[in-house]
Amino acid sequence: MSWGWLRPGAGGAAGPVDAATTASLAARLDAAAQTRLGRSLAIRHVNTGSCNGCELELRALRGVFYDLERYGLRFVESPRHADVLLVTGPLTGNLREALEAAFDAAPEPKWVVAVGDCAVDGGVFKGSYAVLGGTGASLPVDLTISGCPPNPARILAGLRALLEANVVARRRGGRATGG
Amino acid sequence: MITLDLIRRGTAEACRPWPRFSLTPEAWSAMAAALAQSPEPGLLGLWADTQQVHALLRDGAGALIASVGVEGGRYPALSPARPAASRPERMIRDLWGHAATGGDERAWLDHGRWPMAHPLSPRPGLPGGAVEPPQFPAAEEPGVTQVPLGPVHGLIHEPAHLRLVTLGDTVLRAEARLGYAHRGILALMRGKSPRAAARFIARLAAETTVAHSLAFARAAEAALDAQAPPRAAALRAAMLAQERVAGCLDDLARLADAAGMAPLHAALGEHREMLLRAAERAFGHRLMMDVVVPGGLAADIAPDGAAALCQAGEALASALPSLRRRLDPLLGRLDGLGAIATATWMAGGDAAARCAARVAEIGRSLDRLRAALDSPPDGPVSTALPTASGEGLDGADSQRGTVWHWLRLDHGQIAACFPCDPGWLLWPLAETAMADQSMEEEQMIRLSFGVACAGVDV
Repeated sequence: MSWGWLRPGAGGAAGPVDAATTASLAARLDAAAQTRLGRSLAIRHVNTGSCNGCELELRALRGVFYDLERYGLRFVESPRHADVLLVTGPLTGNLREALEAAFDAAPEPKWVVAVGDCAVDGGVFKGSYAVLGGTGASLPVDLTISGCPPNPARILAGLRALLEANVVARRRGGRATGG
Repeated sequence: MITLDLIRRGTAEACRPWPRFSLTPEAWSAMAAALAQSPEPGLLGLWADTQQVHALLRDGAGALIASVGVEGGRYPALSPARPAASRPERMIRDLWGHAATGGDERAWLDHGRWPMAHPLSPRPGLPGGAVEPPQFPAAEEPGVTQVPLGPVHGLIHEPAHLRLVTLGDTVLRAEARLGYAHRGILALMRGKSPRAAARFIARLAAETTVAHSLAFARAAEAALDAQAPPRAAALRAAMLAQERVAGCLDDLARLADAAGMAPLHAALGEHREMLLRAAERAFGHRLMMDVVVPGGLAADIAPDGAAALCQAGEALASALPSLRRRLDPLLGRLDGLGAIATATWMAGGDAAARCAARVAEIGRSLDRLRAALDSPPDGPVSTALPTASGEGLDGADSQRGTVWHWLRLDHGQIAACFPCDPGWLLWPLAETAMADQSMEEEQMIRLSFGVACAGVDV
């Protein structure tokens, strides 16, 4: 017996796909994907002179108690992979260029989240010669999460709000905030 | 010890409880020559004020300070005798403008981004001496390349710049450039009362916030000849032990994470989280910032706080044998990595030895935590400090090594101070340990030392 029955197309030629079905499926998938699958944000952390208190709590976010990844949130190594720049620290003069370079490297659309009292306005270090006074001194900030340091639950609540806003904005065909 | 005898011949200053001696430049140079002859006594720190440069040296279980007056903006360098003095000398030049004759003249904290030069000098200069990007000696041998890492590098990162000089995959030498996290804490503290300045010290380095706050509080109390009440002393000991346990767990968890051991990372993180929640219950703050203040504690422990801390401690103590077993593969992974000859606190041997030291430290500190919480004496938790003048130097043992604080008070206000973080000693060791290792292991070696930037960048 020949192997003809195994050849592609032997079970009947693959005809054109029904255009109407495709269109209706695509529409349904699009809506579902936006609400269910579109919930993912890649976060690049940028330390702008933090005391490491915020970093300790960010590390806790990755642990089993808070399990950041179950919400589709994850830390990435490169700003080129990031949707969100999560900035900690009062923004020292020595780190301004590094922060701006990270921001420029992140693709559009992007969000800037200032985490901790220092990143919000410089915190206790406000007024120092070495400190510019928070992320806002250099970049447009979309979300601030205060606390010294904010506890992991609070950071998580802030990031989840961003996630929801992202979904809503995408459904409207753009992001809610400029930048 | 000849060196210490030489120092004790200097003019004794009124510093408590550990002494300080002022030396003439000649006596200081003689001390440097004696230091070059012997590895003892170890240098613990080097800093300055507007008039003098101060070297903190180990003296048995304690320490003493040798000071030299700055003449014509210069003082004799200690770095030829003690390489660990090199970074502090560069820091002193950047902050106070005193240059070390015979030392490394490159900038350290000043990256040319401040509105003035020498911000702590009585007459700050105009900005613009510092060069950025940082200067490193060029690699001249064929096939040798330089790999720049940072200051934005890694998942949840430290703002440090590391320059690896490599041949193929092998690191020939590593050199760090820090100062990115310089917040100008010393300038912020000057002219404030110890109580007001404690807020900055609590935010110097979060993983050792209790140790720094405690050393600072003890130094301030010693300067003013005051003592914290016995109840405060017992609760401080409990907090320090708790911080050391939580800190060691974090160090181990980061190593497990870097080694890709997810279940171990999760288990260590779980215990750390329980300890932090217990601390929040007991003292109202997960990291216990702003609780230890000069004069005692800002507030007493919550009524059910001791029980919560004990419960978290006991849970970890009973899980410790199984954690030890699960840490074995990590120790195997770290075996022989980044070995150094110097045996200091938590830093001797290879990465596996440093890891094992942390595991042992968890057991010891859990015992201390239990003992301190057993039945703390009743009474007040703070005492009012007089508005007086004086000078104090004292330390507290953190999970990274001893933290030393020196301060001089003038009518109740800080005239000069310096927080001496163990990171000053750990960074040079980490650099040494990276030599002759694979470039891939840079992260593991760095994590095994637990080096951080915030404490040394002040």
